[in-house]
Amino acid sequence: MNTDTEVLVECSGVFKQFGGLQALNDVQLDIRRGEVHALVGENGAGKSTLIKILGGIYKRDKGTILYQGKNVKYESPLEAIRDGIAIIHQELSVLLYMNVIENIFMGRMISKNGILQWKEMEELSRKAMDLVGLKIDPYCELSYLSISQRQMIEIARALSIDAKLIIMDEPNSSLSEGETEKLFNVIRNLVKRGISILYVSHKMEEVLEISNRITVFKDGRYSGTSKTNEVTVDDIIQMMVGRELERHYEEGLFSDEVVLEIDHLSGGVFKDISFKLRKGEILGLSGLVGAGRSEICRAIFAADKHDEGCIYLHGKKKNFKNPGDAIRAGLAMVPEDRKNLSLFLEMPIQFNMNMANYPILAKRGIINYSKAKGEAENYIEKLSIKLRKKEDPVKSLSGGNQQKTVLSRWLATNPDVLILDEPTHGVDIGAKAEIYKLMRTLTGQGISIILISSELPEIIAMSDRVAILHEGNLAKILNREEVSEETIMSYATGIRGAAV
Amino acid sequence: MVSENAYVETEKITILSRIKNTTLPGESGVFAALMVMCIIMSIASPYFLKTVNIFNIMRNMSTIGIMAIGMTMIIVTGGIDLSVGSQMAVAGMIMARMLQNGFPIVPSLIIGFGMGLLTGFFNGFMISRLKVTPFIVTLGMLSIARGMTVFFATGTKGVGVASNITVKDPFVNFVGGGYIGPIPFPVIIMFVLVFIFSYFLKNTVLGRQIYAIGSNEEAARLTGVNVDRVKVLTYTFMGFLCALSGIISAGLLSTAATNIGTGTELDVVAAVVIGGASLSGGRGSIAGSIIGAAIMAVLRNSFVLLKMPGYMQTISIGAIIILAVTIDTLRQRKQ
Repeated sequence: MNTDTEVLVECSGVFKQFGGLQALNDVQLDIRRGEVHALVGENGAGKSTLIKILGGIYKRDKGTILYQGKNVKYESPLEAIRDGIAIIHQELSVLLYMNVIENIFMGRMISKNGILQWKEMEELSRKAMDLVGLKIDPYCELSYLSISQRQMIEIARALSIDAKLIIMDEPNSSLSEGETEKLFNVIRNLVKRGISILYVSHKMEEVLEISNRITVFKDGRYSGTSKTNEVTVDDIIQMMVGRELERHYEEGLFSDEVVLEIDHLSGGVFKDISFKLRKGEILGLSGLVGAGRSEICRAIFAADKHDEGCIYLHGKKKNFKNPGDAIRAGLAMVPEDRKNLSLFLEMPIQFNMNMANYPILAKRGIINYSKAKGEAENYIEKLSIKLRKKEDPVKSLSGGNQQKTVLSRWLATNPDVLILDEPTHGVDIGAKAEIYKLMRTLTGQGISIILISSELPEIIAMSDRVAILHEGNLAKILNREEVSEETIMSYATGIRGAAV
Repeated sequence: MVSENAYVETEKITILSRIKNTTLPGESGVFAALMVMCIIMSIASPYFLKTVNIFNIMRNMSTIGIMAIGMTMIIVTGGIDLSVGSQMAVAGMIMARMLQNGFPIVPSLIIGFGMGLLTGFFNGFMISRLKVTPFIVTLGMLSIARGMTVFFATGTKGVGVASNITVKDPFVNFVGGGYIGPIPFPVIIMFVLVFIFSYFLKNTVLGRQIYAIGSNEEAARLTGVNVDRVKVLTYTFMGFLCALSGIISAGLLSTAATNIGTGTELDVVAAVVIGGASLSGGRGSIAGSIIGAAIMAVLRNSFVLLKMPGYMQTISIGAIIILAVTIDTLRQRKQ
């Protein structure tokens, strides 16, 4: 048998409808044994829907899915797992307060006459952990492990059920570069053993590095499959959006007036941070995951307390007690974790837009709803937010539109300083471009922006200056002319700079 | 002719889709259930629809309804207050004790309400500043306030004195047992509060912040909501409503009893939950909670009118709580 051509899964003519929305419209996908097949597309392209159909979470309306030559129609995730299809979701589904063994054998603990066989399970767990290169105590609780280690446990679980297809949904969204490299090594090992991987991701560079073939979906339709070594990033983006994405730096129009000054700020993971933010400027904040970027911004916004140092706004020393104080002084912050830190998921879209601004929309505590409605409608139009009704819960929106909802919440407060923490995380390419354009419009109006981003191209294209952090210290502030991927990385990794 | 048909066709679709797209308020389901119960009862018993009976039902639900207003706010923030029955008892008792010792009505009322505000504030302070879970804090307060009630009734020795104190003040008796026209006064208080606080929850900054906290507490904090302050306010306000209920009940029964309000916390929580609130926070309305309280009151009344044994009433109320939440859960899942 030639493993190169043997097909493991073949989907064709798959349709799926949710309410009025056609999520999948005649899509196809074929995965061969022992290949890494990447599935890419904008948010809402139908990737997750297809994954969930493969994994028995949703049922398809029409179409065939041949798995090992049989047309399968799973009624529940359990059936798919028994057949050897394992999904590793973006948000890991591990039991935090249970140990490694219990996680690996979740739902199928080995027992004899009702007594758990710990020794046997321990041995099997060790074997599975060896395959993913994990060397930890199998009785360790998962809450003590890093995100990357927890992910490896999930992969080990998939291996221990003898999975033939492992589906990974945005597996590297919360991993650092080193951890991603480790994940890739594990994937390469699995593929050698004949396991197939369906790799779903937003990050083009990594898709190109790891996959053998790439399938692209667009708006719930199939737009093509190519061999990875025959395409470029631009080709894929073409297929995804039908347009080329331009990301060129635009000269900022900032003035010399300093709006925000951070003076020797220390606390938690960061030490002795000083920088100035000028009016209309975008200051990029770069550094590896864990370097303290978000923590510094949370301290400025008074979401966390800091130990030492001062914050000056318009030259005046400020001592914010809570985020409310910071907001009233003209600060705004869009945190990275949209679901947990920004959105009121079950509440209407308009509520989510107005929330920060209710005190301003109210007179003696009573909200002026016609004003509030007008403001929401204004931003829906300005940021072209796609929605059905603004009374719908905000969770009904796609990632990009959710992010625009959060942005409009903060723009409505008329901030002087806007802190954006990974503003394009989990946002599709179209919305990304719109957010970039919006940022430039805002700086044109005199708003200053602190931009935190893990994506170097984004930092480079958007920032007027780049501040680089290394292990909680400010390694360097680069001016526009000095910025390049190489210089940023050399400071961020500590090769250069910070001669303390 | 063809084009006219086509026109009719599209017109039909828009009307249909308009009906489909009109979202009924969340309370319509429980309201329909209440109406069905009333229709069945009006057939089963000719006495049911008599004005006297209707106002009786309303008066019987008024203290639970009043406390359900505060409980709705607390449950919407994601909290719970199990101590409402005891808070109600202690506030009523301290007022009755003061009146009996010869204090005038005004200071007695102030101390009564002050007691409610104090117990409520204590709950709120422990929950928001010291981060103890609401379930535990208010479970403790359930016992503390009940013990204090006995203390105020019997004195330091706790024995040998009557556990009930008679309340003969005309003002208190009117608040609890008086009428304006045919309408019992507590019913008027309840409806006035319902209107004021429904408006408050929908139209004020503080009201919206209560929903924001229940929907996502950390996001609320990062949006400028002073979470601790809002929580302290909701629990303190709950204490105030408990005191009001305690005073109403003392007036109605002309007694402050040490065992008044025992188990009431379950009725109040049940009213709010039947009314569609979610115990995980972010969802609930005062209108729904009042309808929930009404459903339980109508049920109790029905069993009396139909001369059914008391245990069946207790069983039915339990069944209705489970049924209401099950239907709601199924509906949510469908969405």
